[in-house]
Amino acid sequence: MPKIFIDGKEIEFKQGQTIIEAAKDAGIDIPHFCWHPSLSVSGNCRICLVEVEKMPKLVIACSTIAAEGMVVYTQSQKTLAARNAVMEFLLINHPLDCPICDEAGECKLQDYAYEHSIGESRFVEEKVKKEKRVPLGPRVMFDGERCISCSRCIRFCDEIAKDPELTFVQRGDRVTITTYPGEVMDNPYSMNVVDICPVGALTNTDFRFKARVWEMSATKSICNGCARGCNIDIWVRNNEILRLTPRHNESVNSYWMCDHGRLNTFKFVNDSSRIDSPHIRKEGQLVKVGWDEAFAEASSRLKSFSKDEIAVIGSAFATCEDNYLVARFAKSVLGTGHLDFIHHNDPSFEDDILRRSDRTPNSLGAKLVGVRPSKNGLDFNSIIKAISERRIKALYLVEDDTIQNDPEIENILAKLDLLVVHSTNYNKTTDIADIVFPASTYAEKNGTFVNFDGMIQRIKPAVSTLEADRALEGMAMSRLDKFGTRWDRWAQGVKFDARPTWRIISGLSSVMGYKFKYNMAEEVFKDIASGITSFNHLDYDIIGEQGFKIKASVLEKEILE
Amino acid sequence: MAEKKRLKDLSIWQKIYIPEIFKGLALTFKNMLKPKFTMEYPEEKFIPPASYRGRPVLVQEENGEERCVACGLCSRVCPALAIEVQAAETEREKERYPERFEINMIRCIFCGFCEEVCPEEAIVMSKDYELAFTNRQEAIYGKDKLLVPVSQLQDRIEFLRNYK
Ligand code: SF4
Ligand code: SF4
Ligand code: SF4
Ligand code: SF4
Repeated sequence: MPKIFIDGKEIEFKQGQTIIEAAKDAGIDIPHFCWHPSLSVSGNCRICLVEVEKMPKLVIACSTIAAEGMVVYTQSQKTLAARNAVMEFLLINHPLDCPICDEAGECKLQDYAYEHSIGESRFVEEKVKKEKRVPLGPRVMFDGERCISCSRCIRFCDEIAKDPELTFVQRGDRVTITTYPGEVMDNPYSMNVVDICPVGALTNTDFRFKARVWEMSATKSICNGCARGCNIDIWVRNNEILRLTPRHNESVNSYWMCDHGRLNTFKFVNDSSRIDSPHIRKEGQLVKVGWDEAFAEASSRLKSFSKDEIAVIGSAFATCEDNYLVARFAKSVLGTGHLDFIHHNDPSFEDDILRRSDRTPNSLGAKLVGVRPSKNGLDFNSIIKAISERRIKALYLVEDDTIQNDPEIENILAKLDLLVVHSTNYNKTTDIADIVFPASTYAEKNGTFVNFDGMIQRIKPAVSTLEADRALEGMAMSRLDKFGTRWDRWAQGVKFDARPTWRIISGLSSVMGYKFKYNMAEEVFKDIASGITSFNHLDYDIIGEQGFKIKASVLEKEILE
Repeated sequence: MAEKKRLKDLSIWQKIYIPEIFKGLALTFKNMLKPKFTMEYPEEKFIPPASYRGRPVLVQEENGEERCVACGLCSRVCPALAIEVQAAETEREKERYPERFEINMIRCIFCGFCEEVCPEEAIVMSKDYELAFTNRQEAIYGKDKLLVPVSQLQDRIEFLRNYK
């Protein structure tokens, strides 16, 4: 491999790489605003100027192709002076908006001003006034004064969202961003520009002013909006999710996520419709009861049916761990083979960027861990048919809303003698359920999802339930989490009395006389790994933060089985 | 080893005792005639100088609005985590304002860091030192108790401009 020298360090690079790319691969960060690893090179911000031996002038590292034997200095006198000068220019017309700017705390301009600037301005004239608070579209707000004209947002719309909506207008210090005449910026990926904007010129209308970034904790997780399983960070303050942002994973979602995933997949977690503690229907009303009472009731009522009268429905919204125990519960504890889960397909949601028609995060995982009918068992449609014919009298339904999915099913489910439901929130199905167990959401538990492509990925708890303690569970903690007491209003976030489905199943099973010896999701996964070929030899550490891809050949064999 | 002189080894004059009484009385009478330092609080109140750090308050402009833009810097810098700010959007030029602003007066240690960090001169240390509450919830002051008209805070603001 060819080599270059950066700051005296010998670095190998791939033919065709630019200096900034070669440096990045070697862990050297050359300051940059307009350059982005997934976008085309624009070379307009000039902050990446570096000194190269034998070149008459400084060159920009983002567009200079590395060549064999090149000697680059990123910390020389000349480079530092140039960086200072660029910072001074950028700050000439930049408003002192940090106190009211959402980007503060994660702003490149702030960071670089701190690192590469002398901290004083020689500019005494009036700053240019531009329009502030301009909605570019329904989800993105633009502030003209803060923009440093890096063009990342324009390039994102052109190259990634494939929907050119933005452009520069005017010239010189009047230059600003706007949408093309008659256009609004409303492509399904529009909010990614908020993340890539190096300053606070573009803000998320949903999150605007909700919190300062340093008040929140960030937990690495997976979006549950569709079978892509985009890698995300869940941002939490006072036990409430305030925003989701995409997390880089080149083999799943690169740096991006869709607006639907960003906005609509977390609000149910802190919603007032969450179910708090188990409920049993008494005289037509769902009544709050303790866990032991609910387990005893479910156990005795389930036992009153013959094996063939019970059906179990797992969930493509639940984790592999949850579904694995659901499958074992059905087969070993209840002894029924009528086992399936509901598919949620919406072809109109799919595009050729990220979004998939399968609107669940884990349908492949549910199938792999055994949520499918056994040899003579019924699948979902046959189960529904059997209920309407009164051949199946009891249904155990996990984390799904059958009625929401198909309103006609309501009349059929009414024929059941027993409907036991695990659910995170009240919905049309819990409205007619006899026993309701409160399930933890994806943001409150450990586990794994398998995306459409066979990528196994980890989710981690970001919000704590009643029984969880952030510190003991090793959850991400903000400063407020660390020091809050029960007297502080900012540490009083609601905690729901909910449990992950695998724990509910294992609790119920032990009341029914079948002991699963699991204390942690990780232990359930260990059993999955030893029992199911696709998961062989895996553990949470191997899956890590970037996931583990099941070989296509292994996957194919297992699904055909 | 030399013998240590102990406190109880009194001199003859001290042992006689009477002269000591007169010495003490002389001091008492001398001070009776000097000007007083104490005040008859609460009938009479101490008005501290501008440099005094009483409870932190929010500056309320003449039009009734708060100066604070809910940047949260005071909350971040507060070593005692006494301040909670919840921002929200407003139509005003400054875009944001504190929807909720609470200082827990049990946590506050009157260090004045909040005042020092504030970019808007919106939170200042007042001259108010009379803080009494009967339970923990009462000690959390909301905007109703924190907002003080700017006219009453001129002293401190001027002091800050000179020394900050
Ligand atoms: S709005 Fe942000 S991303 Fe777009 S050009 Fe301006 S600074 Fe760059
Ligand atoms: S593409 Fe799917 S997984 Fe990715 S953010 Fe959108 S809904 Fe979530
Ligand atoms: S005076 Fe100090 S302790 Fe009190 S609120 Fe301000 S920063 Fe916090
Ligand atoms: S530092 Fe000043 S402007 Fe910022 S939140 Fe505190 S009082 Fe308001």
